[in-house]
Amino acid sequence: MSVQYQIFVCGGIVPDPLQTLDPVTAPAGPALKNEMMLPAVLDPFAWHALFEAARLARSSPGSKIYLVSLAPKAKLQQVMMSVAQKAVFDLVVIDGPASGFTDSNAVAAALSEAIQSVPGLDMNRLLVFGGWESASRGSGTTLQAVGEILGITDQFQGVDDLRIESDGSFRILERIDGGKHQVSTCAGAPAVLGWATGNLPEPPNNPQIGMTNMRGIMPALQKARPAKLNAQDLSYTSVTLPKQQRETRVVDKLSAEEIAREIAEWIKKS
Amino acid sequence: MQGQDEKKSTLRTLPGDDVRQIMWRFAERFDLQMLVQSARGVARGPVARLVAEGERNTHEWTAKKAALLTAFDEAGITAIFMAPEDGGYIEGPKNMALALAAFELSWVDGGAATGSLAGNLALSPIHECGTNEQRHRYMKAACPSQSGESRRARRGAFALTEPIPFVGVDTGVLSGKVRVAEWQDGREPILQVDKRGRFITNMGFADFVTAAVDTDDPRIKSSCMIILEEDDPGVYDRGVPTKKMVHQLSSTNDPVFSLKVPASRIIGGYTIKDGVIVPNLNHGEIIEVVFGHTRVTVGLMTGAKLLSAVEPLIRYHRGRFRGGETAGPGSPRYEFGLQQKEDVLHRLVDVWAAGEASASLGFTAARLFDDLDPLAKAKKQFFAEQNIAGGRAQMRALLKIQKDAVELIEIERQPENDRDRKRHAELKNDTLVRFVMLDTLANVLCPAAKLWNTGHGTNMMREAVSLMGGYGITEDCPGFLGQKWMDAQLEATYEGPESVQRRQLSVTMTNDLFLAQFKQWIRELRAIASRRPGTGACALATAMRLWLWTLERMQTTRDAEGAKLYQSARHGVTFPLADALCWLLAARLFILDVLELEEKGPSNPTVAEGLPGLLAFYMDLCHVQAARAASEVARICAELVFGYMRRPASNETGLDDCYADDDLEEANAADNADRQRPKADPFARFEGLEAFVRLRVLLDGRMSGARLAKDSAANALTRVMIPEALDYPA
Repeated sequence: MSVQYQIFVCGGIVPDPLQTLDPVTAPAGPALKNEMMLPAVLDPFAWHALFEAARLARSSPGSKIYLVSLAPKAKLQQVMMSVAQKAVFDLVVIDGPASGFTDSNAVAAALSEAIQSVPGLDMNRLLVFGGWESASRGSGTTLQAVGEILGITDQFQGVDDLRIESDGSFRILERIDGGKHQVSTCAGAPAVLGWATGNLPEPPNNPQIGMTNMRGIMPALQKARPAKLNAQDLSYTSVTLPKQQRETRVVDKLSAEEIAREIAEWIKKS
Repeated sequence: MQGQDEKKSTLRTLPGDDVRQIMWRFAERFDLQMLVQSARGVARGPVARLVAEGERNTHEWTAKKAALLTAFDEAGITAIFMAPEDGGYIEGPKNMALALAAFELSWVDGGAATGSLAGNLALSPIHECGTNEQRHRYMKAACPSQSGESRRARRGAFALTEPIPFVGVDTGVLSGKVRVAEWQDGREPILQVDKRGRFITNMGFADFVTAAVDTDDPRIKSSCMIILEEDDPGVYDRGVPTKKMVHQLSSTNDPVFSLKVPASRIIGGYTIKDGVIVPNLNHGEIIEVVFGHTRVTVGLMTGAKLLSAVEPLIRYHRGRFRGGETAGPGSPRYEFGLQQKEDVLHRLVDVWAAGEASASLGFTAARLFDDLDPLAKAKKQFFAEQNIAGGRAQMRALLKIQKDAVELIEIERQPENDRDRKRHAELKNDTLVRFVMLDTLANVLCPAAKLWNTGHGTNMMREAVSLMGGYGITEDCPGFLGQKWMDAQLEATYEGPESVQRRQLSVTMTNDLFLAQFKQWIRELRAIASRRPGTGACALATAMRLWLWTLERMQTTRDAEGAKLYQSARHGVTFPLADALCWLLAARLFILDVLELEEKGPSNPTVAEGLPGLLAFYMDLCHVQAARAASEVARICAELVFGYMRRPASNETGLDDCYADDDLEEANAADNADRQRPKADPFARFEGLEAFVRLRVLLDGRMSGARLAKDSAANALTRVMIPEALDYPA
């Protein structure tokens, strides 16, 4: 008989990746210009983790997914209008900043506290999913810290595949350099899996699933507890976006061969 | 009054979903919010990819286009129309839901929206007028299969239009015929249906067709709509694809049917009287009900196009000179590009304002139909209980209720303390009074949304295309603006071309109850104007008075030849007044939506942050649109009022009947010094002229600030933050 997993997917929200991100200094520290007003999406890395959780839940009947999110609840509500259509889950909300400038340890403490507060939590069935990185500021440490706080030592990062073997053990593919994967096995839950991109396409929206989820989502948003993010020691000396490199020249007298040669030289130089 | 600080604020980002949900009143409807996301996912995903790949460049129904149907099914778009008991997921009326889905799909491609809506159009006669058995069978069959089901969803087409010279929407003449093929004693009659269709959407794949046919047999009393299935014996020829230059992602064919079907397929059923089959509903009655709903959605499709043009245009204008040697980062040419030019900004403000106004008009109409649907059922039940049958008897009963509704409006004009409270409560709680009030509005807003949104929308799409330069008419244009311009022209035509909408308006806009509500709106706008002068409400209220004055004059006077002015065949009078009314309605509803945002926005944290700037911008847009509407109304009214009076002669006798401006006379005298006598430039005088002139002068004066508002909105366009790239491919 398959294990009925309790899969907690940790995922915050980030500004839609197409938006213009302009760092500014706010009274509380660094922030993004107009961040509250920009359309947001579930962090793409957590997005993949959610799809993988849905697949696992389908293949292990009786399993349950919890989406644990630390975000401004008004903003999260908008994001849920899309996310809630992808998979059946219970939402656990911590009302707080979704900014990439929060301390990952403080975020991990809030997330793990929220997980521990879920009634009926069973460590023998617990899987903590999330992104191994974040689209807001990829320190890549939040999920590891969540695992540490929860006392889970089987941790895997950059995961692209999880297979449940017939004996209930896990076979996990983790990304390593050179486009290859490291194959790991572990006995089973509890475990922390920080997903890279996985292998699944984005499922189509299904408003019927969404309507089912909304029965729980709205109460969860209403009773969201404010986050206590203790990070007094954290300070930022500077914040900049990665610089775009653009070397454009307008030429009208060069032959195609000359242009090709010049591009090849430029590539060799880079 | 708007505070000084608020006035300084400006638009920071493009309005997001949370703003739209408030303005279009679905902030509490999570089902609709999810539907929006779902439809958007399909529009900006598979639909946009097909357009970008050039799939519009074929008339044929291809496998790639057919894949969209699966995408619609999976995303819940097909099931919007169905009740939960038939496999749908939205409770209650579906007008707003369908409108939002069409809006999202048309943001990228109108053909995709049409394809999704056409299935609903095929089902509409069955849904609205079918027997219980017909409704149950076809609605369920058309609903996409749920998980675990292996059946294929059946898809329909609506076949009304025929090859010329016969039917369009506005005529009762049909060349499609139905006659009795077999009728054995005690058995259900079998009917022979012959119908040729033209421009029939979804015909490339439809499994069934709801067709309008006339009787060709004395044993069938009247025309009807009838359901044809692909498996029926006879000819079910899908015909050739229509070579349309627009909406190519929808399937359109000219089919031919010659089929034998049981009489139980007559939509709404039939009775047999003296050996004659009497359809319970003729085709005209069904069409009236069906198109009463669907035209609003078409209007919104064009509105979506205008709003979708804003972001690509701003991006194009800003980046116009980047990458060249003459514009380095930090220079105005680099940072603002074409936005340095006032004309570019002003024209984009016009496009944006028109898009907002058309969305406000369309979504208001859609919501109104959602409110009206249950009331219409209550009315039907009331008539059944009271045994009021037949069109005329029902019309008489409704006229009485209409008087009650006018009385309610009159009571509500009075100060609360002076009202007859008992009567007020009685009328206010009367379901039928509420029905006639909304029905009267629906009869105006529906054709207005279809007419103005698509007609003026097409003109403004041309403007949007021109703002893209040569890029605008290429397939590579971001936002597919060129295709949208062409698509808009179709939207102005199908489901009843502009003349049909104008004809309907010319009747419904003179309804006493509508005019009573219209007068109430004028009073409300004046109150708004005193609180929010920056919205242009004052100019709009005056333009509404001018329109009303002109309508009354046209209804009560005759032209120089003595012919009646306001009459059905006199399109030169009635149609311009209908056009003018549409401008007024759209501008008014835009103002009301912005005021809703002002009221509800502060309680939403994500909206509240940028609200002062957003409101300042939106009020500027309202002002621009109100002034534009007022100008149109002024032009139309002046033409009508003076245009049907004879121009007085420029002789001594004639001058007695003229207003002769002293300065003009002097000028003319100088210009015509070599002529025998000076000539004044005369115009007709008539009783009531002073009132008209006073209104015109007031209206002109109340344009104050409109151009300043345009400058302010234009300035906001140079500063608003936009995404780095469009969220769908081009």
